[in-house]
Amino acid sequence: MSAAMWIHALLWLVGLLLLIAVVTVMGVWWERKFIGHLQRRRGPLHHGFHGLLQLPADMVKMISKEDIVPDSADPWLFQIGPLMVVVPAIAAMAALMFAPGFGLLDMNHGLFYIFAFQTLLPLGFAVIGWSCASKFTLIGALRAAAQLISYEIPMLLAALGVVVAAGSMRLTDIINAQAGVWYIFKEPLGFAIFGIAVLAEMNRTPFDLPEAESELVAGYQTEYSGMKFGFVQLAEYSVLFTGSYLVSALFLGGWNMPFLPASPLWLLLKIVACMTMTMWFRGTFPRLRVDSLMSLSWKWLLPIALVNIMAVAALALALPGIY
Amino acid sequence: MVNFPRKGVEGSTETMLLNVGPQHPSTHGVLHMMCEISGETIVSAKPVIGYLHRGIEKLAESRTWQQDIVLTDRLDYVAQFSNEWAYCRAVERLAGIEVPERAEWLRTLLVEMNRITSHLIWYAGVTMDIGALGTPFIYAWVARERIFDFYEAVTGARVMPNWMRLGGVHTDIDSAMLKEMRDFLERDFPVEVDEYEALLVGNEIVQSRMKGIGVFSAEQLVEWGVTGPALRASGSERDLRKDVPYGVYDRLDFRVCTDDVGDSLARCRVRLAEIRESARMCVQIIDGMPGGDVRAKVSRALKPPVGDVCVRTESPRGELGVLVASDGTTKPLRFRVRSPIFYNLSAMPHMLPNHLLADMLVIFGGIDTSMGEIDR
Repeated sequence: MSAAMWIHALLWLVGLLLLIAVVTVMGVWWERKFIGHLQRRRGPLHHGFHGLLQLPADMVKMISKEDIVPDSADPWLFQIGPLMVVVPAIAAMAALMFAPGFGLLDMNHGLFYIFAFQTLLPLGFAVIGWSCASKFTLIGALRAAAQLISYEIPMLLAALGVVVAAGSMRLTDIINAQAGVWYIFKEPLGFAIFGIAVLAEMNRTPFDLPEAESELVAGYQTEYSGMKFGFVQLAEYSVLFTGSYLVSALFLGGWNMPFLPASPLWLLLKIVACMTMTMWFRGTFPRLRVDSLMSLSWKWLLPIALVNIMAVAALALALPGIY
Repeated sequence: MVNFPRKGVEGSTETMLLNVGPQHPSTHGVLHMMCEISGETIVSAKPVIGYLHRGIEKLAESRTWQQDIVLTDRLDYVAQFSNEWAYCRAVERLAGIEVPERAEWLRTLLVEMNRITSHLIWYAGVTMDIGALGTPFIYAWVARERIFDFYEAVTGARVMPNWMRLGGVHTDIDSAMLKEMRDFLERDFPVEVDEYEALLVGNEIVQSRMKGIGVFSAEQLVEWGVTGPALRASGSERDLRKDVPYGVYDRLDFRVCTDDVGDSLARCRVRLAEIRESARMCVQIIDGMPGGDVRAKVSRALKPPVGDVCVRTESPRGELGVLVASDGTTKPLRFRVRSPIFYNLSAMPHMLPNHLLADMLVIFGGIDTSMGEIDR
């Protein structure tokens, strides 16, 4: 590799890590602020402008906290656990494209790459939950693994509909294919399935069972504190960002905007809108129960996703110009 | 290494003991629930109580009859006025104290408002337990806060009012304040409750969580000693305000809110209906409020005759009984509380088995626990 490529990669890595930090900090702030206003209160207010300094303060607190390892925990797995979720979550972001040619790696199989890394997450959650030797974390981890695995399938099938229509797994191609009509209008069913499944993949309400606060204290992360807990949070917000990116890129036209020139700004706006939607759900919906969660995935989303991909494939064959 | 016990034939599983509480986000105080679970299904459950024991019944024996009123606030700290009233009624009957007419009306008014705030706390708790991140919780606080402002204006305190006295009440409520209460309860409050009801009963996910969960028949519940809204949701008409009227309930026009289904959703509907009914009753009370004194003269060194009295009242959680026994001195010989929640909670080992872990919170919410009264 040439020096220019190294510099390019290095700059992007630093940029992506910065992006993740900003997304986490601003995401937490915005979530607290937004849900606060949903709940007829104001959210953080006192530190800095409208509580903006609250989050740096929280980060400093998190970093400076004592690193507690429970006596009965498996020391190795307990240490590795947070890394096993944070590394795939961040690695998946390497394939994100923010404008044509503007991204770390414009892979031919970018979508596949992202999904491949997201598939590793349940393993990390299972390790986290198992290593603590706590029953609450164990139940939370098993819930997380079961939920992530069962919602992955409808999510992938819904994304395949887009891949069939775009004829490529490269994110740039998929987004450029939506310069005319966004896929949300061509494949509304796929969008609905993908949206629901991504919500479950991100552990967001109403699918926040793995960390169901009222049942499992904090689910798989119950025993974690300090920066290890921070890593798990980091992973969750990275996944939230990636999920919102995927919804925006696959169905909402990415950087395209009708009647206006394409710009990364539109993409960012759409991502923020998607993230805000999940926060809106969080402030509105209660949580599903384990059995209805499973039946929703296997009995409803999966068959509908199969029908959807058949229909999309048939349409793509029948009307090659339009689909 | 982690070693969960797993022995026996291959393919068989063992149950796991899960200690929910005493420090757990949704045990509403310090309840400890020993759940034997198989997967996520509860095989057996055993409530362990006593973490909030303050010895109130014993403390009462070393204080004078009047001084004990302050302790009753601390029994069920979400239904303070109900406890005060139950105690005062018992002592008044024991000592033969006549309560002025206006005081009875005022007591009924505040107790019914207390029923509203108590049910609002139930609403806040149960929505939180099923995973709604505090939005309904804080919505319920809006109306509750208005009523707490009234408490504060009337009694000087928000949570521990210590307002009732033997032979009446401590402070009168003037007509301007009564009008303000009436305006709120008649105009603003029903709108709020509509919203609460839509958020809870109207929500698809809540329905899927609660419909058909924890279905119990009235006969079962009576056998387990369950009273209050939890029993009325199974079709029973048992309500002491109608059955053995006290205060001014015999002069009010109200209906006993019941439901036939007997599942968790029915228990929610009954409580929400009771909130509305109580608001209606409060308006009636304010309209019919007579004038006059609010407190009879009672000696500070009250010495009720030797004997004992037991009264029953309908607290927001069920049948609250108070027994007081006197040996003819200025201090009670015995003060005993029949806590409705204690009996409701005792039904948990019968109610919980074969339900999922997540259902436990829904069923918990159905009986509306308040540990302060159980442990005393």
